[in-house]
Amino acid sequence: MKVHEYQAKALLSQYGIPIPLGKVAFNPAEAREVAANIEERRPSPLPTLFGKGRVVIKAQVHAGGRGKAGGIKIANTLQEAETAARWLIGTRLVTHQTGPEGVPVSKVLVEEASDVECELYLSLLIDGTTRLPLMMASEAGGMEIEEVAQATPGKIIKTNIDPAVGFQPYQGRKLAYGMNLSGGQVGEATRLMSNLYNLFMSKDCSLAEINPLVITAGGRLIALDAKLNFDDNALFRHKDIQELRDKEQEEPLEVQAREWGINNYVKMDGNIGCMVNGAGLAMAVNDLIQYCGGSAANFLDIGTLNNTERVVNSFKIFVADPRVKVVLVNIFGGMARVDVIAEGIVMAYQQMNIPFPVVIRLAGTNLEEGKRILSKSGISFIEAKDFYDGAYKAVQILNQVQDKNAG
Amino acid sequence: MSILIDENTRLLIQGITGSEGSFHAQRCMEYGTKVVAGVTPSKGGSKHLGAPVFNSVERAIAETGANASLMFVPPAFAADGILEAIDAGIPLIVCITEGIPVLDMVKVHRYLKGKTSRLIGPNCPGVISPGKCKAGIMVGEIHLPGNIGVVSRSGTLTYEIVSQLTTLGIGQSTCVGIGGDALPGSTFVDILKLFQADKETKAVVLIGEIGGTLEQEAAEFIKSEMTKPVVAFISGSTAPPGKRMGHAGAIITGSAGKASEKIKALSAAGAVIAANPAEVGLTTKKVLQSL
Repeated sequence: MKVHEYQAKALLSQYGIPIPLGKVAFNPAEAREVAANIEERRPSPLPTLFGKGRVVIKAQVHAGGRGKAGGIKIANTLQEAETAARWLIGTRLVTHQTGPEGVPVSKVLVEEASDVECELYLSLLIDGTTRLPLMMASEAGGMEIEEVAQATPGKIIKTNIDPAVGFQPYQGRKLAYGMNLSGGQVGEATRLMSNLYNLFMSKDCSLAEINPLVITAGGRLIALDAKLNFDDNALFRHKDIQELRDKEQEEPLEVQAREWGINNYVKMDGNIGCMVNGAGLAMAVNDLIQYCGGSAANFLDIGTLNNTERVVNSFKIFVADPRVKVVLVNIFGGMARVDVIAEGIVMAYQQMNIPFPVVIRLAGTNLEEGKRILSKSGISFIEAKDFYDGAYKAVQILNQVQDKNAG
Repeated sequence: MSILIDENTRLLIQGITGSEGSFHAQRCMEYGTKVVAGVTPSKGGSKHLGAPVFNSVERAIAETGANASLMFVPPAFAADGILEAIDAGIPLIVCITEGIPVLDMVKVHRYLKGKTSRLIGPNCPGVISPGKCKAGIMVGEIHLPGNIGVVSRSGTLTYEIVSQLTTLGIGQSTCVGIGGDALPGSTFVDILKLFQADKETKAVVLIGEIGGTLEQEAAEFIKSEMTKPVVAFISGSTAPPGKRMGHAGAIITGSAGKASEKIKALSAAGAVIAANPAEVGLTTKKVLQSL
């Protein structure tokens, strides 16, 4: 699960990591108020170069690349702060990480502008190879770390942390010296890293990234931007984190699917709706559709629960998605039983008008009973004899439908 | 021969009295697996499906000589169950549970270091040596005894591919589901090592997917150590980056996680790549004919 920058920063601050003065604002008037408040609270005015009262207005969206996309504005006066917020709030921001439709901006983070001396990088994630937490630091902050890894891999310093003993000061020193810090900053950075590790472990993060971590003209270390992702599997033990979810940032069809009990639904670009049991098979079905010349509207793994309602709800999603022109059902019964799936399909036909052709391929546990249920019901569908046949027929039928519409 | 499990496997089932544990314990027994014990804390002393139930793994091993554990413990308690089984020194732990927090698995992996247990899973369909023993939730009937080793990150896709093999008359020595999580107990490399050493296994089918670098590590091993042919398919060529595709480990976060990168690595290592998931059986047949 992703959270916004302002939520991530609140957590960092809670764990003793310095962040700039600032607050989230939901409308232009609030943005002005926050800016005024920052001005009052700021301990000393910034050097004249920056002008008094300078603040940064940052669009709060679940996507990177905001700066280049125009999602970060600078304001020198309270009026400018208000205007910048008016510009951003209510729009959709398109960055290189979003689709062309972008993501909605409904709030901004108003922050004091920091007087940046230099930009560093710090992150923590789980290393799949060592299976341990891995902290990475770099003197090349403010860039995407993958770019740094490609261009100047020597500038990334890494240390694995043994959960049995936790983060150790020597590891902090290793990273801090590796980032060319010196003097009191080494100890300051070590404490900050230790705090980040504690946050990561206590809240079941899957990624904690401070990029950039900056050194201000005054020599302080501050988290200028922050990204926290959380392990979906661990949310059950973090009610506070669950509450940070912003459904508005997620794909509406995916939110709807989750509300209907289908957790493994991902919207894709095509127009063949897919219902499959098992994630690997669901991906493979989408791949096979592409191989046959088509494109899937979604990834949907109905899972292993024997639950007719979930099948019905899958059809509800296909009906709710105007892009869907054909549906392909591919079930290889294991834990999931084919007869239960078949019953669910029949129920879906009874409960709603199915406006598209449906191709069904069934195999595995209780296949015969499943086939009997479908044929007895009298519903109209196209039967596929195997895996390939299912994808092939779905694409053929799609082409016929499109030809007919074009004609 | 076969790897991991065979006719001498004495299986205990952690969580045998739960609905899933119970259902699959029965299926394993029907397949011919020797299910010698169950473990459910607080239900020790009772019997379930004819097997004695114990309060602890340690007790179950002492009383029955169990040498493998199949786990159906809910995600919040699963790591504890795995740690208990490791501590009891059982040689093989197969964990079916889906949804275990990653940090719980970090602790499990740390604890496994230097211990004698091997962990398969979590979030996997288990292991089957056709005709000998089934320690998992896969459909037994689609398998056929034979000489192909199968190793996969997926469940139902493996059933699909195994049934393609069986339909073509190509039997399997052992099929291992290593699971769809980001930190599997055993990796492709761990299992490839066993297949390479197994006299009965002539070739291996490897079914990978997007996310992580397990397939690249497998490619390194295939290149340097494997003399047996490997047929591979990587699922998720059409998956968008940054989205979790069902499995916790199936998410493209960097370029290495893409299907194309994995295919490139495996192909360069000499593995034969199936063009699409419906042709893995046929591709394997061709490879066998060329031997």
